[in-house]
Amino acid sequence: MLLKLAGGRVYDPANRVDGEVRDLYLRDGRIVGPPRPEERIDHEYDLTGRVVMAGAIDMHTHIGGGKLNIARAMLPEDHRGDLVARTDLTRASAGHAAPGTLATGYRYAEMGYTACFEPAVLPVNARQAHLEMGDTPIVDKGGYIMLGSDDFLLRLMAAKEDQRLINDYVAWILNATHGIGIKVVNPGGISAFKFNQRKLDLDEKHSFYGVTPRDVLRVLSRAVHELGVPHPLHVHSSNLGVPGNVDTTLGTIRASEGLPIHLTHIQFHSYGTEGDRKFSSAAARIAEAINGTPNATCDVGQILFGQTVTASGDTMAQYRNSGLAQPRKFVVMDIECDAGCGVVPFKYRDKNFVNALQWAIGLEIFLLASDPWRVFLTTDHPNGAPFTTYPHLIRLLMDRGFRNDRLEMLHPEARAMTTLGSLNREYSLFEIAILTRAAPARILGIADIGHLGPGARADITVYRDEPDRERMFSTPEYVFKDGEVVVRDGRVVKVVWGRYHLVKPAYDRGIEGRLRDYFDRFQTMKADHLRITEGEMTAFGHGAGLVTHPCRR
Amino acid sequence: MPASPKLSEAVSGVTCPFCGLLCDDLVVASAGGGLAVRENGCGLAIAGFAQAGAQDPATPRISGRPVTLPEAAAEAARLLRDARQPLIAGLATDVAGARAVGRLADRSGAILDHMNSAAALRNLLVLQDSGWITTTLSEVRNRADLLLVAGGDVVSRFPRFFERCLGRGETLFGKHHQCEVIFLGQGPPTGFSLPGPATTILSCRVERLGEAFGVLRALLAGRRIDATGAAGLALARWRELVERMKRARYGVVAWAAADFDFPHAELTIQSLCELVKDLNRDTRFSCLPLGGSDGDLTSDAVHLWQTGFGGRTSFAQGVPRYDQYHFSAAHLLGSGEADMLMWVSSFHASRTPPDTAVPTVVLGRAGMTFEREPAVYIPVGTPGIDHTGHLFRTDRVVVLPLGQLRATSLPSVADAIVAIEAAF
Repeated sequence: MLLKLAGGRVYDPANRVDGEVRDLYLRDGRIVGPPRPEERIDHEYDLTGRVVMAGAIDMHTHIGGGKLNIARAMLPEDHRGDLVARTDLTRASAGHAAPGTLATGYRYAEMGYTACFEPAVLPVNARQAHLEMGDTPIVDKGGYIMLGSDDFLLRLMAAKEDQRLINDYVAWILNATHGIGIKVVNPGGISAFKFNQRKLDLDEKHSFYGVTPRDVLRVLSRAVHELGVPHPLHVHSSNLGVPGNVDTTLGTIRASEGLPIHLTHIQFHSYGTEGDRKFSSAAARIAEAINGTPNATCDVGQILFGQTVTASGDTMAQYRNSGLAQPRKFVVMDIECDAGCGVVPFKYRDKNFVNALQWAIGLEIFLLASDPWRVFLTTDHPNGAPFTTYPHLIRLLMDRGFRNDRLEMLHPEARAMTTLGSLNREYSLFEIAILTRAAPARILGIADIGHLGPGARADITVYRDEPDRERMFSTPEYVFKDGEVVVRDGRVVKVVWGRYHLVKPAYDRGIEGRLRDYFDRFQTMKADHLRITEGEMTAFGHGAGLVTHPCRR
Repeated sequence: MPASPKLSEAVSGVTCPFCGLLCDDLVVASAGGGLAVRENGCGLAIAGFAQAGAQDPATPRISGRPVTLPEAAAEAARLLRDARQPLIAGLATDVAGARAVGRLADRSGAILDHMNSAAALRNLLVLQDSGWITTTLSEVRNRADLLLVAGGDVVSRFPRFFERCLGRGETLFGKHHQCEVIFLGQGPPTGFSLPGPATTILSCRVERLGEAFGVLRALLAGRRIDATGAAGLALARWRELVERMKRARYGVVAWAAADFDFPHAELTIQSLCELVKDLNRDTRFSCLPLGGSDGDLTSDAVHLWQTGFGGRTSFAQGVPRYDQYHFSAAHLLGSGEADMLMWVSSFHASRTPPDTAVPTVVLGRAGMTFEREPAVYIPVGTPGIDHTGHLFRTDRVVVLPLGQLRATSLPSVADAIVAIEAAF
């Protein structure tokens, strides 16, 4: 089957195509070069006047795993306002802040997304995370495995064990739990909270192990680098949400010591202490640091106003913020000498000074960061806002008039504390395609998604070129997954099951005996039962299969 | 994963599916056509594996008449189709079974309710109203220096609970780290010896625990209390207890919601959870709600992630409608609102369907016997014995793989539902 997508305006930054009118050819789920004249084209789509991009990639979205299911259980009132009816093709589910996996997959696809990456997979909870991702239709998926507060690693560090042993452990975990990257959340801090430490600065010692967050960042970024895992260490820094945390964040960037580092939801880590309320924007300092540090990337974690729920591994921060819960309920959980999680429902209000300034800070970072290849578009779903707000966020970036109108509605004191109104930058379609396609694929080390060159998977989104960019990005005309139309005019027309993406770095199997002994002595399950087989993964994912991406060494 | 189609010799590292602890260190061997637990068995495990007689009839029945699986599935599909309001209840199955149940409920417009939901609801209402601070088994095992057990004795439902959580030669944080145990409510059964050292029993009726938790919260907050006692015990005892709780570095309170079997017990559990939150202002203290037996947490988790709602959800209107009161199986059968029942029960042959006059389809563990022969009975295998599978452990975090211990012709619940879907 040879398909031709004819005459669309193509935005494909990975191949330096900026809005040129081009034909695309698809065969057997992939993009191919122009056919020979004698080859028969089975179907042609006339895309004249349409905007064509690769399927979008969300590189940081909490779509699966224990904390999300706690959030779902906690919020029946939120689901009731957004029930998703079954159709002949799709199943009943519920959406909004903590949507069901079925609604998650349908809605991501309906917005033109074809791959989503869950950023906080706890090793002991990896099976659940993969089961949930497996039940998320249409989109491809993958997970970053969370380390850094697990007692096994902290013991190795406290005993000053060799980096090679730590690398073996990190590689074993990635193999056993099928991750595509490593995430660290409040390095050492989730463990410190179990010892009743309520804060842990970058150079503050864990009360039991004596290691600091900087130490954890150093060994984990080295491990990721030395194992050749393409995705840099994915870092949720210390002191999330704390006024003045900009210094911690800048220190964290430096703590990578020149190795690649990804700072996630950086908006929540870009706060100063100026002004009467001792809360101010430090976006300019953060953007300057990112701009000047080529080894650093970030995603923004933009907040948008309305009801959502925050779900994080950072128990220390979530407990600290539990008093702000709305509705007034929260869950904090210590987990298996491995990690933790906290779930706090939250309603961001434009008339609230802090929330209004958070909104402005996120947008300032987007507009001040000079290299779109190193800034990714996220709301840290659902922490800043549900992912369904992405089209609105894209319009805020692309449409200065719209942005400034929204700014006018904000709390007046917050308005006075932001330079946003003076920032004239408007993102182009080419830049949006970098943020949401080309750059995420590149930083994940996935060669065949996020672009439209020959050999790429035929995951393609076709938009009508509407001046209202929110409308345009809400309802693509076509979404192709592996060369098949799965969405037409913003509605699912075919349900497929996307693949899992993962890496399998090599390691010395000597670590396995040590892990078995550790699990038998201290844990309440066997190490062998932590390991998920490929057969299990395939069953979890409805047979869609696993794609292992190469490590660099 | 230990998956051997036929058990010729003892298999180690077997995960036991018969309570929410999911102990994964059993040694099981075949014995006289059945299975015997050789090591690390408790009463529930020994009985659960022993009832796995390989000679149990695998033949489905329609009104007592032996039929093939496709015939039984076709009749089940017809009953589901013809019903105005089908109810799928029991739901004691593994992840794959729960996934299949979810598909079938969506397609048939059924209402879902788990056999343990009345107990699970007592915790869920607390989670939905105010939340909680919780922990998991390995944290308790390594960190706890004070373990309160509230309500019942816990060990009747979770026999190896203390062994798993306290039976430790060493912990991550010290060689002979001691954990004090306090029973609040009912004590341990006679003859039960705790592995831990100091054990106190504060004996009172479980119905009065709400009073006790209220007093503890008031004492913790430094409020004046005029009463001389609470829940039948002198105030001094509660004062001592609250001081002990404040001194804990990592306190844990465990309970099984099934033991709180009285009206509005969720308010008692909520009071306990709020007490634990209060304690966290100064120290660390966590709840450990115990559950997970009969796949209750598994079923809840799967439906929750797929649709946003766990149990007691109706798919009759094409969207999930969740109502903890109207959609209980007992209510739906009692009021006549449900006119067809599909009962799913794959772990214990003793967990038979509720007595009802409506046409009943049973996907039940092989060997199940009935007071009233159901319209359709499809004998199914047991996850972890007859087929591989996955279950959620009591802490809702760990999902353990279950192995297959013997070759069988029994379908799994998921297989049986696929057959029904094919005929739908």
